[in-house]
Amino acid sequence: MQVTLKIFRYDPEKDKKPHYDAFKMEAEPTDRVLDLLEKAKGYQDGTISFRRSCAHGVCGSDAMRINGMNRLACKTLVQDLGVNKITVEPILGLPILKDLIVDMEPFFDNYRAVTPYFINDEPAPAKERLQSPEDRERFDDTTKCILCGACTTSCPSFWANDQYLGPSAIVNAHRFIFDSRDKGAAERLAVLNDLFGVYRCHTIFNCTLACPREIQITQAIGEVKKAIATGKLD
Amino acid sequence: MKTHQFEVIVVGAGGAGLMAGLYASKTAKTAVISKLYPTRSHTGAAQGGIGAALGNEEEDRTEWHTYDTVKGSDYLGDQDAIEFMCEEAPGIVYELEHMGLPFSRTAEGRIAQRPFGGHTNNETGVPVRRACYAADRTGHMILQTLYQQCVKNNVTFFDEFQVLDMIVVNGKAAGVVTIELATGELHVFHAKAVIFATGGYGRVWEITTNAYANTGDGIAITLRHGIPAEDMEFFQFHPTGIYKMGILITEGVRGEGGVLINDKGERFMAKEEYAPHVKDLASRDVVSRAMYLEMKNGLGIGGKRYLYLDVRPETVNKYAALDGRTNPDGTPYTVTADDILSRLPDIIDFCKTYLGVDPVVDPMPVQPTAHYAMGGIPTNVKGEVVIDKKNTVMPGVYAAGETSCVSVHGSNRLGTNSLLDLVVFGKQAGVNAAEYARGTDFQPLPADPAGPAREQLARLRNSSGAERISTIGTEMKAVMFDHVGVFRTEAGMTEAVEKIRELKERFKHIRLDDRGTVFNMELLNAWELGNLLDIAEVTAVSALTRRESRGAHARDDYPERNDKKWMKHTLAWLQEDGVKLDYKPVTFTKYEPKVRVY
Repeated sequence: MQVTLKIFRYDPEKDKKPHYDAFKMEAEPTDRVLDLLEKAKGYQDGTISFRRSCAHGVCGSDAMRINGMNRLACKTLVQDLGVNKITVEPILGLPILKDLIVDMEPFFDNYRAVTPYFINDEPAPAKERLQSPEDRERFDDTTKCILCGACTTSCPSFWANDQYLGPSAIVNAHRFIFDSRDKGAAERLAVLNDLFGVYRCHTIFNCTLACPREIQITQAIGEVKKAIATGKLD
Repeated sequence: MKTHQFEVIVVGAGGAGLMAGLYASKTAKTAVISKLYPTRSHTGAAQGGIGAALGNEEEDRTEWHTYDTVKGSDYLGDQDAIEFMCEEAPGIVYELEHMGLPFSRTAEGRIAQRPFGGHTNNETGVPVRRACYAADRTGHMILQTLYQQCVKNNVTFFDEFQVLDMIVVNGKAAGVVTIELATGELHVFHAKAVIFATGGYGRVWEITTNAYANTGDGIAITLRHGIPAEDMEFFQFHPTGIYKMGILITEGVRGEGGVLINDKGERFMAKEEYAPHVKDLASRDVVSRAMYLEMKNGLGIGGKRYLYLDVRPETVNKYAALDGRTNPDGTPYTVTADDILSRLPDIIDFCKTYLGVDPVVDPMPVQPTAHYAMGGIPTNVKGEVVIDKKNTVMPGVYAAGETSCVSVHGSNRLGTNSLLDLVVFGKQAGVNAAEYARGTDFQPLPADPAGPAREQLARLRNSSGAERISTIGTEMKAVMFDHVGVFRTEAGMTEAVEKIRELKERFKHIRLDDRGTVFNMELLNAWELGNLLDIAEVTAVSALTRRESRGAHARDDYPERNDKKWMKHTLAWLQEDGVKLDYKPVTFTKYEPKVRVY
């Protein structure tokens, strides 16, 4: 089938303001949007710039807006879109550096703010710390995060104020708060119990829809809110 | 141009690089440089598990893991290195758990383990549960956990910095030259020790599990500095990639009881000529070859170039009953659709996304896919790079992970041993590089340390031919997949060598569209293609010269292993006029070569 790929373009060395370029090409319904971007870059215009690596939805490099929705270009097939006009634009709320490439540093700053690492200062046993399958299951969903930013940059609260930590940071806090082996929950809940913490979430569900890993993000944020309100982790 | 000074520089931020960075930074001023954000690294795509004889599910022993790895390597692995890795395995898996890695759990709360190809109880010959797993995203968990620990320990990162060159002074490491992708500016990192943890080079082949980023940068750079590459002819084709796309479907599917099926509906791995004992859980080289032969004999599904991987509960239960497979408590092994969903969630997601197939309802179309480099930069067990057949150490240069060749995988790697290799030897490289740095001074930087890198980029940027890099890349991948793939012949490989040389010539006449400095990804891709072409040439020449079949190197014209002539590691040097080869002996401890039967 013939498709038209319309790409957001901005080169800070040349352009005063962004524009769009359209590329016509033959595509299979099962082609990934990333395949189309590669085709356009490889055979029509080598200046098109975007990040990508694994090409199958696990590395988190190629989050972008595809026909208005935050998605991974490597996990979106032409047939999923149901149309042959495809528009790709950078994710919103982060500074645009070139074409589809945005500055991810503010996103990673928010990630680092929630102490996203295991905390347990007790001496470790000779073998593994024990954890029941049920306790392991408690935080399974939030271990899936690949830090692609699709959720955070779909969130109107984040667009309004990028001091809001955003869904991804809260997901990564959740992953440790509800890990029975971890002892840092109080510290993390204090960070999230802040003007720019969980209460900026107004349960709009954009994040949950955007997540390419299908993490129930709004639910995870709700669980963190409840833990703050009740002081209990259950 | 900017200049920085660190005692230890780690290049690459996958499992090996992060482990090296964590350990080196404990005692030395260290920075980790990566062309990707660390969590984008390809370690995150590993699925099935990390091998360690914990014995959590049933009896297991480190010596069995060692022997299985030696046998899996088709006796080309260095046995001292394999012993070291397998002995370190339980301790390092516990260490990962103590870092918070969320392994799946047994009913008793211990780390869960599953069977994997080539891992057996050496007394009964039956597959053993040795792969420690976190659902089917073990690599993702390792990568995330190690990055989290780096954040915790304030490890210094330079993200989206592409390494271009190593600086060598007086025969010792003096640092690296990099380009900052966001600005196009060159940065020199003056260092006492350099650790390459730059991953594999699967992008040489058309159908691959590998990420776009897997372009063998560390190997290409060291080759250009006169350091040989070891055993490059041994590249693993994973049996089960998604048809046409190559996306990895973990061996864990077969570990959970999935089977390969041909067009006649036969579970062909059970045939006498393939692997009548462990069947679908034979070593990867054996399974990929069996698949190739089935397809060659017209038994691909509908006569096409794929087979079915079937993990539907009714299929799993049928063959588990036939095999007499039991649970650790002795009851018959059975699974439900929910068990499959909970143990292989990502596989199910991939199949639904890319194939529209739900593996619980329908079988998955799969074909062998280029997966893993057994060869690479030669090192010893300390992670030190060794540059000749006498294993002479090059001071200050280290390598770890897929980019290195210790050699623990020999001519064929067992599943779960790559994640193990990363953490064991990443740690070794980090510890030993830091110790080396403590006892040595900085080498003086040359007058213009970035000169060669700058010239290299200028040649690419200013080249005014008509060739597109995408065309050259596509032709390279096709010829390598057709002729330096699962099965090889003298004529095919000769053609591949000629073709690669032609492509290298044409590569001198490329034309890039992007003349900018900010995120010039086209320039980066061109530089990476140059690496792939050099590596393809070294791989094809090493393969053409080895006239035997061993592990992943299978030849139609020399179908037997020839220990008398070829029980030796290949060393390949890249020179102006081609590839120079030499060989070094394999290290044996106590395992005599035997015929390999599964």
